[in-house]
Amino acid sequence: MPITYAFLLFLIFSSLQPILSLYEDQVGLTDWHQQYIGKVKQAVFHTHKTGRKRVVVSTEDNVIATLDLRRGEIFWRHVLGHNDVVDGIVIALGKYVITLSSEGSILRAWNLPDGQMVWESSLHGPKHSKSLLVMTNVVIEKDNVVIIFSNDRLHAVSCIDGEVLWNKDFEVESLEVQKVIQPPGSNFVYVVGFAASSHFEMYQINARNGELLKHESAAFSGGFSGEVSLVSSETLVALDSTGLILLRISFHKGNVSIQQTPISNLVEDSPGPAVIIPSSIMELFAIKINAVTIFIRVTGTGKLEVVEKANHETAVGDALSISEGQQAFGLVQHAGRDIHLTVKLAHDWGGDLLKESIIMDQQRGLIHKVFINNYVRTDGSYGFRALIVMEDHSLLLLQQGTIVWSREDGLASIIDVTTSELPVERAGVSVAKVELNLFEWLKGHMLKLKGTLMLASPEDIAAIQYMRLKSSEKSKMTRDHNGFRKLLIALTRAGKLFALHTGDGRIVWSLLLQSLHKSEACQHPIGLNLCPWQVPHHHALDENPSVLVVGRCGPSSDAPGVISFVDSYTGKELSSSSLVHSVAQVIPLPYTDSTEQRLHLLIDADKHAHLYPKTPEAIGIFRREFSNIYWYSVEDDNGIIKGYALKSKCDGNVADKFCFGTRELWSIVLPSESEKIVATVTRKLNEAVHTQAKLIAADQDVMYKYISRNLLFVATVAPKASGEIGSVTPEESWLVVYLIDTVTGFVLHRVTHHGSQGPVEAVFSENWVVYHYFNLRAHRYEMSVIEIYDQSRADNKDVWKLVVGKHNLTSPISSYSRSEVVTKSQSYFFTHSLKAIAVTSTAKGITSKQLLIGTIGDQVLALDKRFLDPRRSVNPTQAEREEGTIPLTDSLPIIPQSYITHNLRVEGLRGIITVPAELESTTLVFAHGLDLFFTHFAPSRTYDSLTEDFSCALLLITIVVLVAAIFVTWVLSQRKELQDKWR
Amino acid sequence: MEKGKGVMGSGRRWAVDFSDNSTAPSSRDIPDPPGFTRASVDQDDSAVSRQKKDAESNWKAQKAWEVAQAPFKNLLMMGFMMWMAGSTVHLFSIGITFSALWQPISALQGVGKVFEPYKDNKVDLLGPKLLFIALNLGGLALGVWKLNTLGLLPTHASDWVSSLPPAQEVEYSGGGIPL
Repeated sequence: MPITYAFLLFLIFSSLQPILSLYEDQVGLTDWHQQYIGKVKQAVFHTHKTGRKRVVVSTEDNVIATLDLRRGEIFWRHVLGHNDVVDGIVIALGKYVITLSSEGSILRAWNLPDGQMVWESSLHGPKHSKSLLVMTNVVIEKDNVVIIFSNDRLHAVSCIDGEVLWNKDFEVESLEVQKVIQPPGSNFVYVVGFAASSHFEMYQINARNGELLKHESAAFSGGFSGEVSLVSSETLVALDSTGLILLRISFHKGNVSIQQTPISNLVEDSPGPAVIIPSSIMELFAIKINAVTIFIRVTGTGKLEVVEKANHETAVGDALSISEGQQAFGLVQHAGRDIHLTVKLAHDWGGDLLKESIIMDQQRGLIHKVFINNYVRTDGSYGFRALIVMEDHSLLLLQQGTIVWSREDGLASIIDVTTSELPVERAGVSVAKVELNLFEWLKGHMLKLKGTLMLASPEDIAAIQYMRLKSSEKSKMTRDHNGFRKLLIALTRAGKLFALHTGDGRIVWSLLLQSLHKSEACQHPIGLNLCPWQVPHHHALDENPSVLVVGRCGPSSDAPGVISFVDSYTGKELSSSSLVHSVAQVIPLPYTDSTEQRLHLLIDADKHAHLYPKTPEAIGIFRREFSNIYWYSVEDDNGIIKGYALKSKCDGNVADKFCFGTRELWSIVLPSESEKIVATVTRKLNEAVHTQAKLIAADQDVMYKYISRNLLFVATVAPKASGEIGSVTPEESWLVVYLIDTVTGFVLHRVTHHGSQGPVEAVFSENWVVYHYFNLRAHRYEMSVIEIYDQSRADNKDVWKLVVGKHNLTSPISSYSRSEVVTKSQSYFFTHSLKAIAVTSTAKGITSKQLLIGTIGDQVLALDKRFLDPRRSVNPTQAEREEGTIPLTDSLPIIPQSYITHNLRVEGLRGIITVPAELESTTLVFAHGLDLFFTHFAPSRTYDSLTEDFSCALLLITIVVLVAAIFVTWVLSQRKELQDKWR
Repeated sequence: MEKGKGVMGSGRRWAVDFSDNSTAPSSRDIPDPPGFTRASVDQDDSAVSRQKKDAESNWKAQKAWEVAQAPFKNLLMMGFMMWMAGSTVHLFSIGITFSALWQPISALQGVGKVFEPYKDNKVDLLGPKLLFIALNLGGLALGVWKLNTLGLLPTHASDWVSSLPPAQEVEYSGGGIPL
């Protein structure tokens, strides 16, 4: 056996210089890339007769993009920084997209056809306020002007070059500006808002020079609340602070008048306070009382009358001027499985311009937003298209009663990802549909052979490439030998689960979780966590695997939790329940029951532990291991780490046998004046470790790795230094790193990096941890490695004792028994700042590891762990070189070929997930952010399988030819011998 | 022999037939060469055959020793080859090492066969055999030593512990920053 391992090591070492790059024709063979934009916040159509029809959108993920209206593809896209929230977009001059972002302080213009930035200007003001962007038709010296209210100041900016033409401050304290209105054809703007919550303020301002024309104010003792709706260019509708009285505020010709109408006068059975749905439709507005949407018309004389009460979920779009003085608006209502899209004229409720009914996928949930756009049909009548945003953040274009295209933009905001195996290929399960017939198979191989023998024409090469890319083999719905085909199950912020096929990235199923659906009991549900719940193998293969989704009703930590179980093959919700307790932590335990359901502990905010699944069997297993289960909690806001053991009963009078109390065992209190927790990281629970020994070839020595699942890496920085890089001097900044045993609370190792600062990104694997931070003294980023070795087992070195098995290396270890560790560490400079860091993981843990670094440029860079070896020295000895030790350098190299995302970018990269394939050499890498990227990655090359371009046909033909040649020569020689004998 | 007689018959002046065991002076008129005494040779027929046998067994013994020493040359050559091969693991060094191991083993298996032709109840084959075995064992040792220098022998603690899985942990602890 050891010799085989020596051979294995030899194999691994012989492949020490892996070529990580790929050839151009290998792009897309194992990787796929999908681009998303996130939930659309605002959309502006650009449908001029000339040029491509497109829609400009801004999203909640700070993306500005233009989409092709025919297919929904992205023309161009800009991802702004995470604190650069888009406040508004307009199209100016028919060729610029003007965006206001970063709380109204940055105004940018982008060229509409290609997305290049034309100009940028920054707008400053005295204090933070609501940001409004209004396109005007005012022309100053041939410049079109946009008017922006932001940071409590009114700005007029030229569309051509972004120059601020004038700005205007308002003297009134606490003015909350609600609207900036330019009545059509006028040269002034109204700025209206509330001051001190009981005064209505109106300013009339000359749009050409910012001169104040008029200022009126009116007091209303009831106060104002919420949003306002504009019903004409000089009339607003608002609600009083109780939400029971409608206020029609008119400021016609500068005379402010407030007219009150109690809602109960309009709607007889109005049960509670109403909410205004902000809109700007002529003479019409909508309010919402509970789930009922009420449309109210404001007549010319100022009377309010209810035109419709809609009991179904309704979304209202903004007004669209279709012709002189005529406004249309879109309305979408749910009715069972269908949705009804209605386009109405603003002044005529009864006359529908368009009424369409479309069957909608139930998994998309409710409609959140509607944007309509008109076009002129060939017969001169108006046609309408509607862009709708659904509850699951997907974006759909409806036209002529059908869904023209849809985009699954919910995938731009993945919270958590897990994987699931596909069904096993059985005799009964027919996969013949995707199977090729013999002729095609032969044809394919002949083509390949031609390619190998360089006989292929360009068309053949194209055909070969197409065949390779569209290989049905990789997108089958069954498990494969190498474990490449899996389901990636992703939970998105919208509460939807997606199952993506790793072969081609298509969505196998999607499920809008009912448990994470907004309901009476659960007003603001959020998904928290996704765990594999049941992973059947061996004896439970008949069961389908399932995942556990944990959520919570509301953002506070004591909100009640919700859980649901979802079948990973079919995507059906098996069961779901609202919990009576809250969910603060989800701890998967290393035990499974007889149906391979994993035991989970859910810790609530009162530090009670709840065991799932709630079966007697689970409690039996749990009771057996009861005394060995601990948990810890890191309270990062007050700098305390606490460890707990479980008590056999819940505190208080809860008669629940699945509930367990906890008692505090240890606590580590970090001094809050000098340390603030910025990062914690632990080992992955399912990581496979092949060996506990680290071989040191130099002197044929062995060191024992300290491999423990109960290790926690904690990084703290000086509280002053927790801000931006460069905000503190090196003297008052430090980074302290701890390695803590979470069972006993014992601090195994502590290191202080003086003059260093966060942000800290770290990854923990086997017995080492690599972390990344900024060194203020060197003005560079650094990566450090700490390797931990167990000194108490170091004397297991007698070969004879090992041969006969007299050693304690495989006996179970308790955290209470050992304490002797040695650490080796080293720091290296690194050029990039990074967004995420992960490490490759393989099935058996034999293959050497590489770090996967999500760079600031949204790419994934592979870096061999050997570069982060603490034993690197300036002049390694011959033996060390053979072992693969790289000579010491002060910085880590960035090899351009080792970007595993090659030329692609995973915009807004947030996480990198590695999943082992069955093939030991290969790991599956999934990077997600706004975009998704998936690839296979072999850290030491695929030493255990033939390369993809290996020609089986060539091999077979060679063998056949050889056998034939042998036979022929044998016959010939026989004949010759016979002739010789006759002679 | 016949040829010699033929030569003799065709007018050679004299010839000594060493196989002529007759004790009497040569039947021909040519006297024995000076210093040649027929008396020293065994007198009777059995003595003659014994003498013959002795010579043969001497020769056999000599040959056996030669055969027994043959692996020594081999050993030297192997040593040289091994020195040439170096101490890194690659195809050549592995080939050399395995042939160095295989040759002595196959030779040892065929010890009986190698000494078969020299088998004689007069000849003491134990010595050559022992030498042969010793030399082959030497060769084997050289091969093993080479194997060891290549690092392919499990003589270090590291060879035995690398196959051991990591030890189980008694306790389990989970948790982290509250969600």
